[in-house]
Amino acid sequence: MAQIEAYAAPSSIEEAAKLAADGNATVFAGGTDLMLQAKSGAKTFSPLLMNLRRVEEMRGVTEDHDFVRIGGLTTVTDVLRDPLLRDSVPVLCDTADKFASGQIRNSATIGGNICNASPAGDMIIPLLLLDAEVELLSWVDDEANWRLIPLQNFFKGPGQTKKRANEILTGVKFKIPSSEFVAGFVKFGTRPSLDISVVSVGIAGRLSAGTLTDARVAFGAVAPIPMRGRETEAAIEGMTIDEATIATACVKAADEVSPIDDVRASAWYRRELIKTLTGRLLRHVVHSGD
Amino acid sequence: MSFTQEISFTLNGKQTTVSIPADMDTLTMLRDVLQLTGTKLGCGEGECGACTILVDDVATNSCLMFAVDCDGRHIQTIEGVQSEGGLDLLQREFVEKGAVQCGFCTPGLVMQGTAMLRENPNMSEVEIKRGLEGNLCRCTGYKKVIDATASAMAKSRGEGQG
Repeated sequence: MAQIEAYAAPSSIEEAAKLAADGNATVFAGGTDLMLQAKSGAKTFSPLLMNLRRVEEMRGVTEDHDFVRIGGLTTVTDVLRDPLLRDSVPVLCDTADKFASGQIRNSATIGGNICNASPAGDMIIPLLLLDAEVELLSWVDDEANWRLIPLQNFFKGPGQTKKRANEILTGVKFKIPSSEFVAGFVKFGTRPSLDISVVSVGIAGRLSAGTLTDARVAFGAVAPIPMRGRETEAAIEGMTIDEATIATACVKAADEVSPIDDVRASAWYRRELIKTLTGRLLRHVVHSGD
Repeated sequence: MSFTQEISFTLNGKQTTVSIPADMDTLTMLRDVLQLTGTKLGCGEGECGACTILVDDVATNSCLMFAVDCDGRHIQTIEGVQSEGGLDLLQREFVEKGAVQCGFCTPGLVMQGTAMLRENPNMSEVEIKRGLEGNLCRCTGYKKVIDATASAMAKSRGEGQG
């Protein structure tokens, strides 16, 4: 088992990328996931422990032409209170509002929630609906190397992503949706606060006269990764969202997820929840313009 | 032995320098290294809020925060909450309203309440309840905690109530 041999708290993205260049760093931001994983032994440390929280340029929400960029160090509280997001993509703020507790929202970051790659990671669901891309930086041959990966392709399995050991997730960006865009997020747990989602569902699309186009569906905690529900999307694409369509969509949703039994719920119960919540959220989303 | 790092920060208004293992959490540093035992270890995994402290005025679960991250910051614990050497307004209201039974969760509730009152001095009852969602109390049933927070809020606005 490797031991920590050095600690660093860089103050710029460039410095952070250089420190990570040889792939020997354990990186943290809020630390809320890493601390628990380290205590339980689920994660061992690399020789360099790197704290990203002093990289101020990685925190905040900015608008660039038609895109919104959320810096990796932006906290869930920052998202909850951000006026630009509240105005243009309220589903992100609504999801942030359902995330853990006040104290954890103050520490937990968007980049951390994505890199932790939990199948139940709440902030990932609305970002999947927005077709977000993650921005990765590495330092190779004395220069900055940037790459973008669609968030839906970023996850490999529970806790596993395509981020290379020498890369820093600097932010996430997505196109600002049109004014017809509607979206909703719902999670289920035994209490509203602090519970890790037993299941979560997100639905979005362009709503016009009761018809949903460019439909997007995402599910959390029912597969090895947070997933897009392509078959459910196909069942509602271009359809008038009436009770018949909703019934079909709910069956598709329950069919395409692959939940497991664990301490939070059985696979059977999760499938039932997906069926019920997909219907409930569809009704909610198509009436959100009323 | 884990790598040891020296850090300096302001702790309850006093400049503090300490050497700690790089993987230590802030709660352990406060309690076991600095002997400030007012901050409590409840669940140790961010569920109960008994370890809440203020980090640059932001309420934080100290059990989930790397102690090395305290470097350069302003840390306030329950020991630093006072007014002219005595209890501050929120603490007095906790006593007044009987919001304390076993008292184990109280330091965390006071720290979270302090942050809430500072951020929004006009909270509705729902906002107070939401604000306290990260703090578990197994004795009081929360009613008196909510009353004490509301009362401290009203008094701080100069509306002396009860």
